[in-house]
Amino acid sequence: MERKTAVFRKEHFNAAHRLYVPDWTDAQNLEVFGKCSNPHFHGHNYELVVKVIGRPDPLTGYVINLSTLSAIIQKQILARFDHKNLNLDTLEFARLNPTAENIVYVIYEILRKELDASLDLSVRLYETERNFVEYPA
Amino acid sequence: MVFLTRMEHFNAAHKLYNPSWTREKNEEIFGVCANENWHGHNYELYVTIKGESRPDTGFLFDVKKLSAIIKEHIIEKLDHMNLNLDVDFMQGKMCSTENLAMGIWDQLKAKLPDGVNLHAVKLYETPRIFVEYFG
Repeated sequence: MERKTAVFRKEHFNAAHRLYVPDWTDAQNLEVFGKCSNPHFHGHNYELVVKVIGRPDPLTGYVINLSTLSAIIQKQILARFDHKNLNLDTLEFARLNPTAENIVYVIYEILRKELDASLDLSVRLYETERNFVEYPA
Repeated sequence: MVFLTRMEHFNAAHKLYNPSWTREKNEEIFGVCANENWHGHNYELYVTIKGESRPDTGFLFDVKKLSAIIKEHIIEKLDHMNLNLDVDFMQGKMCSTENLAMGIWDQLKAKLPDGVNLHAVKLYETPRIFVEYFG
């Protein structure tokens, strides 16, 4: 059982956000972020793919019990972000622009602390079907 | 009879919140969807028209024109907007997927040329939740 194997868990959450730099004028924000800077917010169905890499346990055959992984994502990520306004309702994005790049990094950092150090972690986040990011690159 | 469908998409914020109810009652009925600070979705919109294909073009209707009508009158109004605050035809209505589909129907019905019959508006709020309206 020395073979490294990747296991994946998909989850999803729906959230509102707005892309803007507080120090900029509305005009500057509009120029850089376009309609994503709408002061009334817009939103997405985010799809999250969590990839965990490790060697299957010789007894159980599991890299990680996917129910356990799902419960961690549920508690640490979905409870935090689902049906929330990322800018207004979360500590993580109170000062950090909630771009897909920043969201995936925040999710990675939260999940990293929850997983055994022997496991590698990678997170992919779909903001739309066509726009997605992955960390680490 | 032939049916022609064009799919478009838009991303928007909304909340389900009846202003005549208390916050507690809204949370009881709408759960997390009542979050006062909004949440959002990637909506997918399927617009279906029906009729006969024309002998000269073979088209029921030029689907690029259908797309342009949907973009001008629906997507421009909804994409990257707050459905409760920013959309003229949703003012005073509950921002449910049902009401949004019916609102889109009314907008399109008024803008489609004579002879182009609207058959269905199908609106996905998430990949797992959608509404159909047939007028």
